[in-house]
Parts: sequence; structure tokens; C-alpha cells
Amino acid sequence: MHNKSVAELSRELESGKISSVELTREFLDRIKAEDSQYNSFITVTEEQAMADAKAADEKRAAGKAEVWTGVPFAHKDIFCTNGATTTAGSKMLANFVPPYDATVTANFRAAGAVCLGKTNMDEFAMGSSNESSFFGPVTNPWGLSNGEKRVPGGSSGGSAAAIAARLTPAATATDTGGSIRQPAALCGITGLKPTYGRVSRFGMIAFASSLDQGGTMARTAEDNALMLNVMAGFDPKDSTSADRAVPDYTATLNEPLKGLRVGLPKEYFSDQLSPAMEQQVRNAVKEYEKLGATVKEVSLPHAKLAIAAYYVIAPAEASANLSRFDGVRYGYRCDDPRDLSDLYTRTRAEGFGGEVKRRILVGTYALSAGYFDAYYLKAQKVRRLIQQDFINAFKDVDVLMSPVSPSPAFVQGEKTNDPVTMYLEDIFTIAVNLAGVPAMSVPAGFVDGLPVGLQVIGNYFEEARLLNVAHQFQQVTDWHQKLPQ
Amino acid sequence: MTISREDIEKVAVLARIRLDEEQIPALEKDLGNILSLVDELSAADTDNVEPLAHPLDAVQRLRADEVTESNQREAFQAIAPATENGLYLVPRVIE
Repeated sequence: MHNKSVAELSRELESGKISSVELTREFLDRIKAEDSQYNSFITVTEEQAMADAKAADEKRAAGKAEVWTGVPFAHKDIFCTNGATTTAGSKMLANFVPPYDATVTANFRAAGAVCLGKTNMDEFAMGSSNESSFFGPVTNPWGLSNGEKRVPGGSSGGSAAAIAARLTPAATATDTGGSIRQPAALCGITGLKPTYGRVSRFGMIAFASSLDQGGTMARTAEDNALMLNVMAGFDPKDSTSADRAVPDYTATLNEPLKGLRVGLPKEYFSDQLSPAMEQQVRNAVKEYEKLGATVKEVSLPHAKLAIAAYYVIAPAEASANLSRFDGVRYGYRCDDPRDLSDLYTRTRAEGFGGEVKRRILVGTYALSAGYFDAYYLKAQKVRRLIQQDFINAFKDVDVLMSPVSPSPAFVQGEKTNDPVTMYLEDIFTIAVNLAGVPAMSVPAGFVDGLPVGLQVIGNYFEEARLLNVAHQFQQVTDWHQKLPQ
Repeated sequence: MTISREDIEKVAVLARIRLDEEQIPALEKDLGNILSLVDELSAADTDNVEPLAHPLDAVQRLRADEVTESNQREAFQAIAPATENGLYLVPRVIE
């Protein structure tokens, strides 16, 4: 059963072939037996999962089951779960048990889904390799058979690795600069970062609030659509939530792609991209031509400035957001503080890891007197130029296609010495967050036995189109079905 | 782009993060590299460009001035490092 998709599992439950209690037990047993080699879960909520599974079976017996009733999944450990530890991958929150649910958490509860546990992540979602987690790095299931310990990408690396290893059929994730798409690509699964504001940020631990967006990860585009049906929607508790109608994202999956206009941003086929990766991406584009799409080159002239703008805006917003961790109301507190200043400075020195501290310091610097205009304001102006590039591109095409990452999964430790080397991992994903448009990563081949992702970028609120475009590709390819050995 | 030891110490005070002496050389290098990366921005022509704070250019939504949340002081303080009689405890501030 563990190789089945959410859609398939839902049908198995409906047909009575298996109960949610049996299914949940199977996934919990797999996590117990196998996760020591991946470290993809920080917390396994076994007791709650079994209770929820039992409740789901009773709901089904009473004839009240819906699509998600009794289907297991996992939450990235950034979504607050009432009563279950929520760490954001940090020592600062290692013992934090939220007294409330994130809206996304509440939505999955209401849908009757069974949460298996909380997945590992880069600390406060800051990272592209899952190596900054206080709970240890996650190992990518791909490459392990050669004895290589490769990164799963980040920051949603635990969610991506757990799905690739078939420890859960689906998992929530978040994306601030590529944190859904890059790990999805490196682990050979399908992930969607929706339009900024499409999914509520309430109860999703904040990193950079004008960029953060919750999204979906699963093996298939169809499963991503099923997840987004649960997650998307207006939330009065999130002041930046979009007040727009939510379509049924599964309704348009089977639309034909004839006449689809695909743009290839020439800046994303640069010399940073390895020739082998480029070949896989171009092969995928050829599949789309066979499906009736027309392809043309487009330009995002300011895309090259995206990393620079992002590494001002994201740290600046992070430095403000993370000021709440002060050792007073919740979370870590240092031992025997001498005075209030000692309490603050030592709690934060001991509670945050290296990458988080670096970003807080950079952000504080960029916002400090004398530097605000040169850094933060300048970056926000460049951000508008980047957004305008996308608006212009979508006048001529329906979707953009590009690689997700410049290379496949790299070996653990390879990029940890220099933060800037790690930042360049997100060179093709970051502009999307600055513009706020939706984008997916779709499995599109292999290089040296490691998965390659195709990035599909859409116009604002066109998640349904992206899912349709990805689903049609998955009807004629089987990259998303490949299993790590 | 370089960042001086003095700048790092000043920013650490603003950010309320204690730094040990031996952490500073590595931070000078790492923060210097990050600032060099973001220095590309200075070359961009942004004359007459409005800064973008929100991707959808939305404005802050206001709600009716009504009480919507109930008091959950006990639940919230149950997860605090130190409380007494419904108050959060911190080291003495006024002697």
C-alpha cells in the first residue's frame, strides 16, 4: 500500500480493502523501520495518528467519509500542531508544544486526514540542504545505494525525503526562496508553491513574511491538487491572505494541452546549468511539444538580480520576525540569566544555530540606520523590476519552464563551508518568490542516477493550470513513479 | 565589500545576540561575502521605480473592532520558561 498515491489510497479506503487503522499502522511501521537512515521525521505522533485513524474509520462506517478521510500524511515541522511539538528545526523551539493549530493544520484535521508526524527541515526554513536543522541532517533516499549520503535539498527536505522513501504519501511544505521546489526536484517528487497569499500563513512559523508560502508535496500532480483543495482559501487570521474563490484543483487536471504557450526564460538556461541537466529539461519540453504546446524563448532581464534582492529582503524580514524569540514567553531560555540583557543575548546565542544567526545579523545590518535606503529600499525596488519581468512574460505565454536547480543532489557537507555557495543553489527558484507567482517542480529525468526537476511557473492564481500541465506530463512519462533503490 | 569587526559587534548588540570573540573572524568573512553578493543591487537602475513590499500590492486589511478571542492565559503560560501568579518572570530590571 505504501507505493500508492493519495488518490489511490483514498479509493482503497472507500472500497473497504483496507482500513485507516491498518494503513496508518503500515506507514508508522515503515517510519520506525527505515527512518533511521534518512532522519526525515523530527517527531512521530503515533498515538494521535492511531486515534485519528480509528475516528476516520468510524466516520467512514457512518457513511460520512470524504476524499481525505483516513488518508495518512505528514506536516513540515513549521506548521503549529496543537498538542504536538513544533520545532521549526531549531533548538529554540525544541520543546515548544503549540497551544493552537495553524490554519493549514486545522484544515487537514477537518478533512479527516491522519497526520503521522512532523518532518525535518532547515532551521527556521533557512537553508537549501537540510543541514542547518538542530535535529541533524536529512539524507536523500537517492544515491544511498552507492553509499553516498546526499542532501535532500531544503528547507522542506524532510517532507521530500519522507515521500521519496515512501514513509508518507504526501506532506505539507513551505517555500520562501525555493524550499518546496528544490527539495522536490532533488528527491524526485512533485511539489507546488502556490501564489503568495493563496494558503494561510497563520500558525506557520514565520521566516520572511512577504515571501513565505505554504504548499504541497506528493508523488503526483493529482495528489498535489488534492492537497491544495484542503489548504487553499481565504483566512481572516492572516492579514495577507488572498480573498479569492478556490476552484476544485482536480476538476481541470485532464484538460488537453493543445495550444499551450510555453516560454523558456533564456536567463535560466545559462552556464550555471550543467549540460546534462539542461538536456533533461529540454527533453521534457519536447514532451510538451508532442502534447501540442508551442515553445518560444522569453527573457526575464532582471532575474540575475534576484539572489541579491532576496538576500537583503529575506534576512531583513527574518531579523524582525525572529526578534520574538526572547526566552520569556515560550521556547528556549538560557540558564541563570544575570540580568535582562543577558537573558536575551545568551538565550538567542544558545538557541539559534549558525545560519540563522548569520541571517539575523545581515538583516539587522541592512535595516540599521544609514543602510536602510541602500539595502532594503533598493532591494524592494529591484523586486518590482523582477515582478514586472514576469508580468511582461505572461503577456505572451501561459507558463514558463526551466530547471529547478543548477545540479542534482550534492553530497552532504559539500557546500556548508561558504554560505554564498549554498545560496546559489536557489538561483532558478528565488525570482518566483519575489514576484509572488506560483510554480511547481515536476520529476523530469535523471542525471547520474539522481532525479532532475522541471520547474513550471504560472501567472498569479493559476495553480489549476500548473497542476493540469504537470498532470498531463505525468500521463505520458513515469519519472514520478521511479523508486530509489 | 567588507564589514568591520566594530560593525559586527554593533549589529550583534542591536540583534540581541551575544557573540564570543572567536566567532568574529568567521563572521567577518561570511557576512562580507554575503554583502558582496548583494552589492550587485547597486548597479541596477531603479530611478522612478516604486519599492515593492507585497507581491499583490495589497493594503492592510482592517477588521471590525470586536472581541473575537477568548482569554487563554493558562494555556499560553503553561509553555513559558518561568511564570508566577499569571505573570511572566524575567530577571530583576529595577533595583
